[in-house]
Amino acid sequence: MYALKFKEKVCATCPSADCLLKCQYMSFSGHKEAHGEMMKVVRGKDSRVLNECATCYACEEYCKRGNHPFYLICERREEKGMFTAARPITNQWINMTKMQGKYMVGAVKDKVLSCCYIPDLGVLGSGEIFKDVASAAAFGAEFMCPAVHTHFARMSVVKERLPVVIENFKKLGAKEVICLHDECYGTFTSIASAYGIDVPFKPVYYMDFLLERMKQLKDKIKPLNIKAAYQRPCSNRLIPDKLPMVKKILNLIGVKLPKRIYQDENCLCCGEIIRSVSGYKLADDVQKRNIDDMLESGAEYCVFNCPACQSSLSEKVAKKGLKPIHIIDLCKMAIGEKEREVA
Amino acid sequence: MDYVHNIEHQDIVHRCFRCGYCKFPEDYVDFNCPSYKAFGWDTYSPGGRMWLIRAWLNDEIKTSPHFAEILYSCVACDNCKNQCVFPKFKDFLPEIFQETKSELVNEGRIPPEVRDYFKAVATNGNPYKLPQSERGKWAGETGLTKYSGQEYLFYVGCVGSYDEVGQKMARSVGSLLVKAGVSLGIMGSEETCDGNEVKILGEMGLFTQLANDNIKKFKAKGVKKIITLDPHALNIFKKDYPKLGGNFNVLHYTEILAGLIKAKKIALSNYPVKVTYHDPCYLGRHNQVYGPPREILKAIPGVELVEMRRNSLNAFCCGGGGGNFFTDILGTGEDSAGRVRVREAFETGANIIAVACPSCAKMLIDAVKMEELDGKLDVLGIAEIIERAQKIKKGTVNG
Amino acid sequence: MSEILKSLIDIVGERGVSNAPEELWFYSRDPGVLTPHLPDYVVAPKTTEEVQKIVLLANREKIPIVPMGNGMSLTGLVIPLKGGIVMDMKRMNKILEVNQMARYAVVEGGTSQGVLKAYLQDHYPQLRHSIPDAPPTTTIAANMALHGQGRLTQQYGFNSDMVTGMEIVLPTGDICKIGSPSLGPYWFSKGPTLPDLSGLFLGWLGTTGIITKIGLRLYPNKKIRDVELFVTDRVDLIPDMLYKLTHLEMLEDINVWFQPKPLMFLGNFHITIYFTGDDEEEIAFKRKLIWDALQEYMDSKNGGFMSVQYMKGMLLEMPQRAIADFADVPKGGGFEYSGPITIIEHFPQYAAKVVELAKKYDVLYASSARLISGGHCMMFSISFAFNRNDPAMMTRVKHALDEATAFALEMGGIPWKPNFMEQKMTMKKMEPNALKILQMIKKNLDPQGIMNPGNWEVN
Repeated sequence: MYALKFKEKVCATCPSADCLLKCQYMSFSGHKEAHGEMMKVVRGKDSRVLNECATCYACEEYCKRGNHPFYLICERREEKGMFTAARPITNQWINMTKMQGKYMVGAVKDKVLSCCYIPDLGVLGSGEIFKDVASAAAFGAEFMCPAVHTHFARMSVVKERLPVVIENFKKLGAKEVICLHDECYGTFTSIASAYGIDVPFKPVYYMDFLLERMKQLKDKIKPLNIKAAYQRPCSNRLIPDKLPMVKKILNLIGVKLPKRIYQDENCLCCGEIIRSVSGYKLADDVQKRNIDDMLESGAEYCVFNCPACQSSLSEKVAKKGLKPIHIIDLCKMAIGEKEREVA
Repeated sequence: MDYVHNIEHQDIVHRCFRCGYCKFPEDYVDFNCPSYKAFGWDTYSPGGRMWLIRAWLNDEIKTSPHFAEILYSCVACDNCKNQCVFPKFKDFLPEIFQETKSELVNEGRIPPEVRDYFKAVATNGNPYKLPQSERGKWAGETGLTKYSGQEYLFYVGCVGSYDEVGQKMARSVGSLLVKAGVSLGIMGSEETCDGNEVKILGEMGLFTQLANDNIKKFKAKGVKKIITLDPHALNIFKKDYPKLGGNFNVLHYTEILAGLIKAKKIALSNYPVKVTYHDPCYLGRHNQVYGPPREILKAIPGVELVEMRRNSLNAFCCGGGGGNFFTDILGTGEDSAGRVRVREAFETGANIIAVACPSCAKMLIDAVKMEELDGKLDVLGIAEIIERAQKIKKGTVNG
Repeated sequence: MSEILKSLIDIVGERGVSNAPEELWFYSRDPGVLTPHLPDYVVAPKTTEEVQKIVLLANREKIPIVPMGNGMSLTGLVIPLKGGIVMDMKRMNKILEVNQMARYAVVEGGTSQGVLKAYLQDHYPQLRHSIPDAPPTTTIAANMALHGQGRLTQQYGFNSDMVTGMEIVLPTGDICKIGSPSLGPYWFSKGPTLPDLSGLFLGWLGTTGIITKIGLRLYPNKKIRDVELFVTDRVDLIPDMLYKLTHLEMLEDINVWFQPKPLMFLGNFHITIYFTGDDEEEIAFKRKLIWDALQEYMDSKNGGFMSVQYMKGMLLEMPQRAIADFADVPKGGGFEYSGPITIIEHFPQYAAKVVELAKKYDVLYASSARLISGGHCMMFSISFAFNRNDPAMMTRVKHALDEATAFALEMGGIPWKPNFMEQKMTMKKMEPNALKILQMIKKNLDPQGIMNPGNWEVN
């Protein structure tokens, strides 16, 4: 079975304890307390961290030593038989995403466009931008990145299913898998490498693909001249080196991101998992601060990079006068493929 | 000898739950199935029909004139297909009804009115039993010429060619398109029946013959694009002719007119009337064309467009489909489709019911008379309304 | 042509009566699993006077009469067990009156649920009625007459509790009004504060008269309607969860359901909690109360709220079309359910029984319970789907349902809209003096025994 490639010594000698000190949901008096709690986790002891972690993934980014603090918390929770969300909800997610032989695969040659198990991605991955790859799409539980189960402290499900998903992609014969979702790309890079799972194809981050395509379609672009707030998804924390892609794409299409308090490393997640894991009070608070911050910055649009964030926040931001839209749809708008209005 | 009944979809007929959602429109405001509304027996509703078909396939009931009437009372409006709650069953409803009618045709046990219809079309090329040579007479002073390679073939259909009301509509559409500079021609006396009603009524042999003849003719003349007067023709050309090798670019005249108006190729004057638009089943529900006729009406200055309670996807059929225009199985009682629809139109306070189909026009004109609303409610084709908006020019702004 | 047929044509006209094989076949059965039985005639009256004349004729000729709405009780209550005349009430479908201030509507005996809903939406958007999840073609009178339930039952009781007056054609042919309409023009009470005669006609399954007009309570229709879905795998905790939720006195409807497919529902029980409000503040407040009421279960990880984003549209529909969908799951166009009324404490036992019966009879199950009057009792539905082309499956479903009813009676519950066999089981268990009253009423109201015979009969 796959084991987390985690080095106790790396945590023990960490001078910053940033994983916990920077945590947006737990506060510690200083390095001593934070480091102490993390060492309890490392050594398999009980710690308030195991109860209070909201599963926002941020510490995977805060740890600059690559020692995967969140994956470790996840493992320890499961070892102790702990649940984050309710047990029936945890099982519901496991059942809902089970492979049942009901998948769809297009005409795959050397590239696959992965729609994970999210129908919205199939809709997004269409039109002029994706015309060369849309016919090679794959959709289904068989192709779903199982990362979501880390929110529910079930790394065992991830470890069990990820090799099967990888094998399914391998069977398609593709050399490259374009991941329309940060979570998929994060799974094939961050999680796979954390567990020493071999990935025999090249995962391609969709924003890399998107930027290239938009550059090719430069003549069609009419700058949108809008101000937006970017909703950074939790899974982007697994692939922080890809964060600059957002600004590169938005610059190309005339979208400005006015400065916000909750941006980049200090961004707030969409809060929907927090609702299941930590309760409505915290979730409402996180969402309110996030949206107020968007409004404060003068944004007209709220740009999403994840259908789950969209599902949790679209209605709420719309009620406050922001227009919710996925970054792919913004690009479609810029080349005149989509009408200039709410997604 | 007992006839053994077989239809293509007999394996799924038992799936109907006879729940009755098919009787209603989306919001349940009133019964939306014309045969159920007219006859009032559950047997005349789609679910009832379906259950009877199952019994008939299982030999629990025998073919009879009453059974045939129940089958042929369906006006093929497609409301049931849209409202059935079984996602994997709903799309087959109209096909099952048509297949059953085909079996009745094979068995030779169809209502006499249906038999007469087939005979007339087979013998005369049209249900009116009028001479083929007179088919193009309606075009008289419209300026329309014979088709000889123009951009569009203007296909008129039997009702438009021979029925007085239909001819009026054909003339107004034809002359309007000519004046707007559209390159089009008609078949005139060479035109033959499109076969939509023939197919719905189950005479597959006759339909195939009509369709093949038309396809051959159109191809020989180099027809690529067709404008139809009648949504019934639009439907069959778009949906069934391709399977027989007839691939044409087909549009309804309202689609062309809407484009012309948008491009300001048709002058419009102020015409202050209150209009309600009746969606023809074969333009609306069957082919999802709801917008263009409304765009046209809204573009006419002075026109106030009011919607009937049931419109677009939920429109109530005029009763002219499923061959009922000719067979009159629904009758003209108080609950017959045309009369119900006219009352609904009157309730909107409109002076005019706008129509886009010659069958709807005739059905509703007759119903207006039966409802004694002559003089209070006018039934006009879209092109006729445009014509009137062009005639009234008392110091007003051009469109 | 028979004399009876001639007389019927005289009463309802040619279009109002049929003895053609097609109508007889269709009206001999319902979509449930019970054996059909042919009627001799089917009639569809348009007025109370026509109904009366038909009943008088039936008395003269001693022909049974079976009144019906849309026939969706599924327990064969519209099957003419002894032949005779099936009376399709659906052509009497007008909405006669809406009294906005007193919040009641008066409709005819065949007016459908859907038509009233649309009418209120168009003309009285601040009012609504307790609409069931049965197809909208079902009739209001039939639903109330068999103690049906609807969206407002959790708040206000059985739909029959919402009756505000009736006009009945008695089995002898007399027309009578009961409740406040028997004294004046207002339809605000079905009985109180006089001796409540409505009890003679509600729950009798057509054996004591034909409802030609019925008044029903309307209720405030709030601007916003929302839903939360609480999930647990601990069936034993459900009664307590329901108790806590109903304590709030703030909820619209509460349904508890479970089914093995799709896979995401397997192993869990789902509590759908509906609530309404006129603005966002009210909704947010009620949502908080709901979450707080169940906090202890979230703390113990025994239950949690699931995201309803994708299911919301379907859950908020009235009626819920997805329920009819269950019939097509075995691709066979049918389901039938037993929906006994019982106390919420018994939920775990009933839940276990459903699974046991499904396994024993090899049928596909679904179950949904609806709370009644704040949890004083609940309707627990045990539903089995069948393929109409598979008579063996239909038989198994029938046996499973019979056993479900037997179980309910054993547990001290009350069968709902029992078929004629379940009625016999019920009467057998009934306290003898209560049964005597039942028989006495039936005998006196219908001395000739012509009203839906075979039902509520002891022998």
